[in-house]
Amino acid sequence: MAKEIKSKWNGFSLKPRKEMPDGLWMRCPACEHILYKSTVEKNLNVCPKCNHHFRIEAATRIKYLADEGSFQQVLGDLTTDDPLGFKFRETTYKQRLKADEKKSGTKEAMLIGKAFIKGRPVILAVMEPNFLMGSMGSVVGEKLCAAVDKAMEEKLPLVAVSCSGGARMHEGVVSLGQMAKTSAVLAKFDEVGGLYICVLTDPTTGGVTASFAMLGDCLIAEPGALIGFAGPRTIAETIKVELPKGFQTAEFMLEHGFMDMIVHRKDLRSEIARLIDYCQK
Amino acid sequence: MAKRDIPIAKMPGNNNNFSGGAHLEFEDKVADLDRQMNELRRLSSIKGIDYSAEIRQLRRQQVAELKRIYSNLTAWQTVQVARHPQRPLLSDYLDLMVKDFRELHGDRCFGDDRAIVTGFGHIGRERVLVVGQNKGKNTKQKIACNFGCPNPEGYRKALAKMKFAEKFGIPIVTLIDTPGAHPGIGAEERGQAQAIAVNLNQMSRLRVPIICIVIGEGGSGGALGIGVGDRLAILEFAYYSVISPEGCAAILWRDGSQAPKAAEALKLTSKDLYKLELVDAVIPEPLGGAHRNVHDTIYNVEKYIVKTLRDLKRTKIDNLLDNRYSKLRSIGASPTEKLRRKTQAAKERVKAALEAMPTKPKRVPAKV
Ligand SMILES: [Zn+2]
Repeated sequence: MAKEIKSKWNGFSLKPRKEMPDGLWMRCPACEHILYKSTVEKNLNVCPKCNHHFRIEAATRIKYLADEGSFQQVLGDLTTDDPLGFKFRETTYKQRLKADEKKSGTKEAMLIGKAFIKGRPVILAVMEPNFLMGSMGSVVGEKLCAAVDKAMEEKLPLVAVSCSGGARMHEGVVSLGQMAKTSAVLAKFDEVGGLYICVLTDPTTGGVTASFAMLGDCLIAEPGALIGFAGPRTIAETIKVELPKGFQTAEFMLEHGFMDMIVHRKDLRSEIARLIDYCQK
Repeated sequence: MAKRDIPIAKMPGNNNNFSGGAHLEFEDKVADLDRQMNELRRLSSIKGIDYSAEIRQLRRQQVAELKRIYSNLTAWQTVQVARHPQRPLLSDYLDLMVKDFRELHGDRCFGDDRAIVTGFGHIGRERVLVVGQNKGKNTKQKIACNFGCPNPEGYRKALAKMKFAEKFGIPIVTLIDTPGAHPGIGAEERGQAQAIAVNLNQMSRLRVPIICIVIGEGGSGGALGIGVGDRLAILEFAYYSVISPEGCAAILWRDGSQAPKAAEALKLTSKDLYKLELVDAVIPEPLGGAHRNVHDTIYNVEKYIVKTLRDLKRTKIDNLLDNRYSKLRSIGASPTEKLRRKTQAAKERVKAALEAMPTKPKRVPAKV
């Protein structure tokens, strides 16, 4: 009972936070500490109190992962031509794309390009969670395949960072097909002996997990990331059972044998560089 | 497994069972005509009056009505036909289409998922590996099959048997009919996503012809998990979608009851998918849907498989794999992009052929 009151009180205390100078303070959803935003940012967007890894946008991810200024984007202007002419409620898919382009500052839910990680050249593919929940449509699929093609051509390792709610509904079976497409291209990459490292970040679910995110030679997860096939809410609604604590987290996936390692955000660069060195031919 | 009752057998001399069991909500008039016909039949048997002319007349009306309804089904109505309780299921195909079926059980790792059935058999004269999703006919079977929602072990079993078939050059036929892969605690613990991902990955490189056919529901990743191959066909009133219409409505319309609108928007019918070049062929269903004539439906599917297998077996396996790869690689590419790729591929082929040709010695003019 006491706990309930406390959480209610905390919920109440959320309100005055909005009156604080905008963007100075933030609250950690895991440990509920009020944190100074610039401290968190200096700490790679990880909560200094409890190590909660905040979701970060693609540009920030690239900044943390690649050597400074080394990322050279390709196919940055690729956009979808809305294959289904999708409309829902009073909006259209095209309007939604425009709105999310403004919100995220990118034209699609994935950025690809060549970069260096601690001096090692790689092809980097990073997903953008603020663009339609990082969902995979035809452009994301095409970009990932283009990244694989480039990695094959230049004989470089491929590093992908997944962060996605799954296949994009607005493109229907075209999105579903991207799962088959990316998996097929990665099968070829595997055949020619390319190294593919996938970093699974919060959240990686649905069609992205069930395709390229699970096909890495090496799978790295960020601590606490939600990783799974069906969303936790769908599962809870379908089987009508309360889900166990820690279900579908990175730690859960490691325990069940589906991850190679869980790596703190501050160590990602060095771990990836080390793996690349190990896999040198 | 209980012996299946064949609706046709109940009506000797009549090839069409138009009543088709339970009527769907948009078939009011058809149901009404059925009631009238039954009434006349009952009267004629009681009073001994011959109503056959009237019955024939009603039957003609019913045929016209079915034609009218089924030539203009909405997306949501199509979904209902695809989910019809009497629609032929995998077990019907195994009984009527696959000769000498030898089921192969188990994924050699965890268990034997009943939602996916695998085994060797003959279709026409071809020996094949059949991989299919089964929903079950009665409550007991439905529970055993988990209502056609496979668990990871089902996908792993499918892949294990496909590799077995690959080793001996046996073509693969997959029959897709699932609402989706099972969302459950155990399924996540055993890696549902990983199992599907590996299937997509491996099926793209299997060195035997693969034909995939959606016979009922093509539910998202759960369907795709056995749905990567050289040809993807779909029955006329089956559907194939990235998400169930109900799920899509719940997310985008924030209201599950808007499923009809979501179904329309998702372009999940065979007609739409064919127009979008996402399926290679649409297999016609008999008048009024597969559930009204199981035999004809399965015969159409068999005809498609036999013909397509013949075509695919003519292609050299390396070319088959190249074609499969470029087909997968171009999913979602715009028409101009597809054309560009085709031209590029053709150019490369010509170049390779020219390079492979032995260089002719230069002709030296004969000295006089
Ligand atoms: Zn915290």
